[in-house]
Amino acid sequence: MERLRRTMMFLPASNPGMLRDANLYGADSIMFDLEDSVSLKEKDSSRFLVYQAVKTFDYGDTEIIVRINDLAQGGRDDIHAMVRAGIDVIRLPKTESAEDVHAVEAVILEAETQCGREIGSTKIFTAIEGPLGVLNAYSIATSSQRIIGMAIGAEDYVTSMKTRRYPERASEEIFFARSMIVHAARAAGIAAVDTVFSDVNDPETLERETEFIKQLGFDGKSVINPRQIPIVNKVFRPSDKEIKNAMDVIAAINEAEARGSGVIALNGKMIDKPIVERAERVLMLARAAGIDVDGKGK
Amino acid sequence: MKENKVGRMIPDVYAEKYGVFVDQFDRKPTYKRASADVTAVLPGESKLRDSIKDVIIESGLKDGMTVSFHHHFREGDAVLNMVMAEIAKLGIKNLTLASSSIANVHEPIIEHIRNGVITNITSSGLRDKVGAAISSGILENPVVIRSHGGRARAIEMGDIEIDVAFLGAPSSDDYGNANGSHGKATCGALGYARVDAEFAKKVVIITDNLVPYPNTPISIPQNHVDYVVVVDSIGDPNGIAKGATRFTSNPKELLIAEYASKVITESPYFKNGFSFQAGSGGSALAVARFLKDEMIAKEVKAGFALGGLTGHMCQMLEEGLIDTIIDTQSFDRGAIESIKNNEKHYEISASMYANPGNKGAAVNKLDVVVLSALEVDTNFNVNVMTGSDGVIRGASGGHCDTAAGAKLSIILSPIVRGRIPTIVDNVNTIITPGQSIDVVVTEVGIAINPLRQDLIEAFKNLNIPQFTIEELRDKAYSIVGTPEPIKYGEKVVALIEYRDGSIIDVVNNVQRND
Repeated sequence: MERLRRTMMFLPASNPGMLRDANLYGADSIMFDLEDSVSLKEKDSSRFLVYQAVKTFDYGDTEIIVRINDLAQGGRDDIHAMVRAGIDVIRLPKTESAEDVHAVEAVILEAETQCGREIGSTKIFTAIEGPLGVLNAYSIATSSQRIIGMAIGAEDYVTSMKTRRYPERASEEIFFARSMIVHAARAAGIAAVDTVFSDVNDPETLERETEFIKQLGFDGKSVINPRQIPIVNKVFRPSDKEIKNAMDVIAAINEAEARGSGVIALNGKMIDKPIVERAERVLMLARAAGIDVDGKGK
Repeated sequence: MKENKVGRMIPDVYAEKYGVFVDQFDRKPTYKRASADVTAVLPGESKLRDSIKDVIIESGLKDGMTVSFHHHFREGDAVLNMVMAEIAKLGIKNLTLASSSIANVHEPIIEHIRNGVITNITSSGLRDKVGAAISSGILENPVVIRSHGGRARAIEMGDIEIDVAFLGAPSSDDYGNANGSHGKATCGALGYARVDAEFAKKVVIITDNLVPYPNTPISIPQNHVDYVVVVDSIGDPNGIAKGATRFTSNPKELLIAEYASKVITESPYFKNGFSFQAGSGGSALAVARFLKDEMIAKEVKAGFALGGLTGHMCQMLEEGLIDTIIDTQSFDRGAIESIKNNEKHYEISASMYANPGNKGAAVNKLDVVVLSALEVDTNFNVNVMTGSDGVIRGASGGHCDTAAGAKLSIILSPIVRGRIPTIVDNVNTIITPGQSIDVVVTEVGIAINPLRQDLIEAFKNLNIPQFTIEELRDKAYSIVGTPEPIKYGEKVVALIEYRDGSIIDVVNNVQRND
């Protein structure tokens, strides 16, 4: 079943306390960052910390992703360590082309082979952080069977575009990039995750921005502080009406199946595959929000 | 050695003198209140004295007597050090220091201990360097640690006989009517000092703000006061009261607070007219904030809040979410302003607050209390006194008083602090017995005391991860390992009195490894 990625929380891999507590705050995915948030002299120790953390702590169902360094700057070592630790997903920094993915994929394969991990079990998350990557988004998204998602990293992108973030103007400057990425991801059948909102003390704008990216079709948003998680999750919480409708759709399907009928209708309207998929996603989101849609009690 | 009911071995000499802890409500004493000597002040006589030195001499303070102070000035206090310095200069020795608590700022008393000026101490807490010095064994006799209610009880029952109480007051008139809400170094409530004033043989008000008679409101009344001394400064207002106690932004503390708030609002006690107490720490303050949101959402109003008070709680009073505040100690500027301006913010003595021996303390009327812990063990015993190294650095405060009194006692604690587990097999020092604790709230989930099957039933559907306390301990140990036992020496450096006067634990000197 498809995994929810409403929130992907960034954590610097150099902080042991944060590594330990990472999954407490309800993020669907945790991204330990070995790249930008770790200083050069802490790269080795951080790699070791993440390795030990992944081997030691029980993160439950939370998806664990590690952002590696560029292959030429320690990325190879990062991949080998993370594959050995049993990490779910490797995230590439600034992906510009399908070749970038292939290069990383080769190292992952090498690592999986060496440590005896199932070939193909390590997934890849790509991050588009520049105009070239935006233009190549679809070819990147479809470059490997390992790719499960694509994120936009807006800070580098706006710098390359000779602009800056304008959250007060609905971030129009990244509208094209967001649209390209969400299209590429949807076309490739992978997840699309929006960029971070860096002002942790401005929950209103974060909420507004999340509503917008949800409207565009993103699966979720990157967050940089646990305080942002409930705000984003709240936006992704389906309305009571949506939940009721989804429950009715699923009930109609079950009823039709019980009758052995191939024709499924609800309130006189045909229920087709997209409606079922949407209903299932609504119920997933509702469960994640702690709503009892299965009649099991809390 | 005699083993008490919480499994601590108490040396016979102390077991015989104090008795050992049996149960939180084992003792229900009937006693005559202690009475102090009174020297009449006749018309025309002045209570004003020129200096602290003069008043020490006139009070008749001699070797072997007991002096007391209050700790409402916290880290801004100048009174204790000022008075003890004069006492030392006068060559008076072998005193018992019976301060309601001792702060970092009182480090000079280490020298007074070394010089034999102070040979006994009873207090609620000992911080930082003073605690470390005591833990190293510099005092010949053990310190007696008492809770706020226990201290009031001990004074009223005559276990502590105060010869001279030196009470700093932010404002006073020349006859000793004093309060903490007016002046340049305000501290709010004077709850601890009020007990000393009532029972000490000689009472000295030390103020830096002499006002015309009669000074109102009257926290300490003139008929309890022998002398008044005016000094330049009784303390640093910045150390006495923070501008406003701040909400934490630490995500882990916020998570713990959110869980605790859910525990309260989903409990059977959360209904109109309920009562609560929350401390001034980051998590406790955040609990109050979450609680406030829920009170507004569910239209539940509190009957009273008890404190230790912060401005945020007083704000809730202003907004009509709390009907009345009863206050022994004000923590910040907001609380001090409130006690000055709001007649529903009422000041009480430490005895009315928490004395287990009187005719009914305010803690007995508490529904919910939110408390912190340095350690909690698998029997739910709580330590707020000694660190993971066994060194005294905390305070008993009102911990065991409120935990015993409240219907729902909640402990807030992360499962580890740094590299130290906080949920452990056995706490270093028991301040509050496990039978008084109902729910332990951590960032990974909660543990409910098995003694409270009613709460286990009530919280069956609570949407918070629930564990046994042993499971929480295991989680803590899995992160940081099982702690090595502390190497204690043979010397008892502190006796931990339970609020009823029995000995619940002792603290031995810590052996240094270096």
